[in-house]
Amino acid sequence: MHLTRVEEQILAGEQGWVKQKAMEILVALGEIYSAERLIRVESAQVAGVSYKTIGDAGLDWLESLSSGRVQVPTTLNPAGMDLVEWRRMGVPEGFAEKQLRIVEAYKALGALPTCSCTPYLVGNRPSPGQHIAWSESSAVCYANSVLGAYTNREGGPSALASALLGRTPCYGYHLDENRAATVTVDVKTELANESSLSILGWWIGRTVGTGVPHIHGLKHTRGDGLKALAAGLATTGSIAMFHHDGETRPEAKTTGSSETRRHSFTEKDLRESTESLTTVRAENVDLVAFGCPHASLREIRKIASLLQGRRIRRGSKLWVFTSSQVKALARQEGVLASITASGAEVYADTCMVVAPLERIGFDTIGVNSAKAASYLPTTSNADVVFGNLRECLELVCPK
Amino acid sequence: MLVRCRRISKGRADGFALVSSTPISFFGMLDPKTGVIQERGHELYGCSVAGRVLVFPHGRGSTVGSYIIYQLAREGRAPSAMICKEAEPIVAVGAIMAGIPMVDRPESFSFEIGEWLEVDADRQTIRTRR
Repeated sequence: MHLTRVEEQILAGEQGWVKQKAMEILVALGEIYSAERLIRVESAQVAGVSYKTIGDAGLDWLESLSSGRVQVPTTLNPAGMDLVEWRRMGVPEGFAEKQLRIVEAYKALGALPTCSCTPYLVGNRPSPGQHIAWSESSAVCYANSVLGAYTNREGGPSALASALLGRTPCYGYHLDENRAATVTVDVKTELANESSLSILGWWIGRTVGTGVPHIHGLKHTRGDGLKALAAGLATTGSIAMFHHDGETRPEAKTTGSSETRRHSFTEKDLRESTESLTTVRAENVDLVAFGCPHASLREIRKIASLLQGRRIRRGSKLWVFTSSQVKALARQEGVLASITASGAEVYADTCMVVAPLERIGFDTIGVNSAKAASYLPTTSNADVVFGNLRECLELVCPK
Repeated sequence: MLVRCRRISKGRADGFALVSSTPISFFGMLDPKTGVIQERGHELYGCSVAGRVLVFPHGRGSTVGSYIIYQLAREGRAPSAMICKEAEPIVAVGAIMAGIPMVDRPESFSFEIGEWLEVDADRQTIRTRR
């Protein structure tokens, strides 16, 4: 890989140990993927924030970088708890202490303490054509496909290395030639809501595994639906980009010949996928968790209106996960108050996938997200009931 | 014998080879406090990677593996060096974080368990005693 004189100096340690380590990481990745050079990035989004995932080793690593400083706007992935209301969540004191230290370590590096998998809804929103270094897989897929930004699917440490240097190796989805569709998916069934779009994504990821799908027959193309689709796609495969009718990115004009494989997603696929994500038949659950990816303000309003006049059953909980910014807006609008009036809670900065739910004591969890459904049995040793928004609500507050 | 290879993480180190014919996931597969491989059924079950030159085709599994390699180094239980057939980001990044010399693409991949290896990532060579 070709490095500029300044980049060589950084690699040689002339700008300190932290930048040197960061450069070693970027150069190694560049070598592995045959990048020719480093390019500048406009923003970074760093995974590896929850104490549950990175543990003491991660905390140690972040604190060792304390003399560094990020060079571009940088936001974080969800942490293991609401940074303000963690006591109410029931997060153990010892966990909270470590979690707060992790966020402090990131803040000391200059990262913004926006702990969200939907940074594009709350300020970290790239423009078309911008190169960025993001690591949350659903946000990567959304940024490439819906926003037209250019990013690979970074690991936490490599996204942080990019933040510290404002650069990333130029390979993969940073190059136009890798952004064209490689496989076609025909949607042959009605997808009525976000949960069925997340199932479609989950099914495509599992069926095609890798590459850039071009999805035909998608009628539901609003932001929230695409957010759910992107998350599903990134869960079961290594997919980091898709195209769909009407919004094919200009840099990735597809030609018939490049899309050699073709799959159909039918009513039967939708039904079978939905059924396979439910691990237990249950009439009621300990927890229903919404907000994977983090709920938008529109989604929170919808939940609030569906909860009108209802009350969460004793012994069950309903938690909605979002970013601190969307939570603040919901509070201003008054929708937060109408959600909590039902006994439900809105928590920021965290989500069901990275919070220590198993230590809080939830065994059976209802979700409307294929991503959450596929992770929870492993990450929290939980049984899952999958349903759409209304079906999940029935589990904790039957009409 | 001198085997040419590619530098992934700088430095030089030596040790007895611990060879796995299957990919290694640092997350879940070994105890980060001791470096002992604890995945039942793995060909190296019960072996410690500490101080060994760890030879394996490539990494796999969760990206948390990078942090586990770093933690092993903090505990003094990391491999002294690593050789992969083909490096991938999880192990490569972990090796750099931990400061463990690492190389890949050796021109021949026929190392034997227990043989003494000298890995010089800076010169992009592996020396064996054969």
